[in-house]
Amino acid sequence: MNKKFPLTPILFLLPSVFFLAVFIYIPLVQNFYNSFFDFNVFSNSKEFVGLAQIQKLFQDDVVMVSIMNNFKYAIISVIFQIFFALILASILEDKLFRKVAPTLRVIYFIPVMISISVIALLFSFIYNPQMGLLNSFLELVGLDTLTRPWLGNSTSAIYSVIAMSQWQSIGLITMLFIVAIQKIPNELYEAADIDGAGRIRKFFSVTLPQVKETMFVNLLITVTGSILVFNEPFILTNGGPGNSSMTLAVHMYQTGFSRDNMGYASTIATLTFLLSAIFALIQIKVSKTGKED
Amino acid sequence: MKENINSKQYSNSRQKEPKSAKIQTRIFKYSTLIGLGIFALIILYPLFWMLISSFKSYDEIYSDVWNLPSTWNFSNYTLAWEQGIQNYFINSLYVTGFAILITVTIGSMAAFTLSRYRNRWIDIALLFIIGGLMMNPQVALIPLFEILTFFNLIDTRWALILTYVAYRLPLTIILIRAFFLTVPKELSESALLDGCSEFGIYRRIYLPLSIPVVVTTVILNAFFAWNEFLFATVFINSSDLKTIPSGLMVFRDALRTDWGVLLSGMVIASIPMIILLIFLQKYLVRGLAEGSVKG
Repeated sequence: MNKKFPLTPILFLLPSVFFLAVFIYIPLVQNFYNSFFDFNVFSNSKEFVGLAQIQKLFQDDVVMVSIMNNFKYAIISVIFQIFFALILASILEDKLFRKVAPTLRVIYFIPVMISISVIALLFSFIYNPQMGLLNSFLELVGLDTLTRPWLGNSTSAIYSVIAMSQWQSIGLITMLFIVAIQKIPNELYEAADIDGAGRIRKFFSVTLPQVKETMFVNLLITVTGSILVFNEPFILTNGGPGNSSMTLAVHMYQTGFSRDNMGYASTIATLTFLLSAIFALIQIKVSKTGKED
Repeated sequence: MKENINSKQYSNSRQKEPKSAKIQTRIFKYSTLIGLGIFALIILYPLFWMLISSFKSYDEIYSDVWNLPSTWNFSNYTLAWEQGIQNYFINSLYVTGFAILITVTIGSMAAFTLSRYRNRWIDIALLFIIGGLMMNPQVALIPLFEILTFFNLIDTRWALILTYVAYRLPLTIILIRAFFLTVPKELSESALLDGCSEFGIYRRIYLPLSIPVVVTTVILNAFFAWNEFLFATVFINSSDLKTIPSGLMVFRDALRTDWGVLLSGMVIASIPMIILLIFLQKYLVRGLAEGSVKG
């Protein structure tokens, strides 16, 4: 550039760069660094322990339980929020349901707007073993045998937490798919009509290929969200009963802030970061190779 | 419209009578409608239950799950408001307001530079900002706690405001920059000839033209800051300074069995965002969609 670069643009950029550096990038680097130390909240010095924390990670049974729960979270979320939400979105965009679609769209979206702590408190009422809506409903329809203390049972706890997440987030992913479907040129559907394609055929040969990009983005949101999930298990079960509904982020929080072992908590955070980054990279790679076809 | 669909189905299965195709479409339509209705009920009923139960007494919530309250206890709402929600509500307004103000101001300034200039340094800066989208608050929690402690900000509202700004900046900048790129260059060039400063171009030309995208980012950031839970729980200890999401947890522990009051608090907490959804749906949806695709 020959023109002298004016000062104002640099000054304009500085505050943002400062915020990102101090609150996003430095913490990330710091977290890697912390993984090699042993310290707690009020200690003034950090004790270097080398790879001891990482060794500990491999011997920690709770980490294994957490990873399994995070994977369960991811798999179930992909089934509901990618497949089910896509079908829901294409039904709502179908001409047959034009009249009811706008209302339904808003209804399905309401939980997305509500704070997770409200939702989780509401679900602790729903799952309540004595007066909870879920058990009362099961008794009402004669399925008494299915009633159980949903959150107090170590088999059902994690699935109950996952179910709540689906209830809350499906509206968001559906909406993202709806926006993508609305962007598909109408001519494609008209051409399919002329070829005599039915509803299901049109879904597979027009809608699906056209929303591929959105699908990858949604997949990325869902899977990384599942690996990082904190709020839902933290509020509903705090990882319990036992460690049965523990996730990596809750384990990290408890280790750091309840048991005051900040060094090891940092190591768990690093593992979480690496897992989510690996999945993100795989998905970006796969979506790119898909595009070249 | 109906004729159109029917004829298409007919041509698909030629050997069938048009009448049976019509019936088929109708069966499909009504069975799907039932499914959609059931799903809407699954979404709405818990929320409806929260609303009606918030007027009930503890005994009634416990013993009579399904019915409407026998007496509508509006006092639950006054109690909830006085016993803490008022405070949390004000804190949430404060934190959300400042976070939005700062994010949109410095974000739009950065977007201005990033859209108007092109050189190696600008590219690096852009990469630096987009990269911020990939970082997650959960992973940075402990170092952030150390940094905020270092600046003596732990247990202040500014601990939340500053971190919210940082984590919302990348998306805000990307959305506003994409819009700024569409502002015609001629406008700023003629303004420069008229002796307008860089700051003047930003304030008098770019900002006024970008109201729609600014509204979108304001709503997205309001939605984020109002509902954020993790930072609000970890960085604030004093119950006086908590925002609604973390305050509700304190509220739950303090109330124990006063469920009606707790449910009233939950309803109050949800109202602002539902109003936002109803009135600004268009902006919100567009923002979420653009944000996710670009992210």
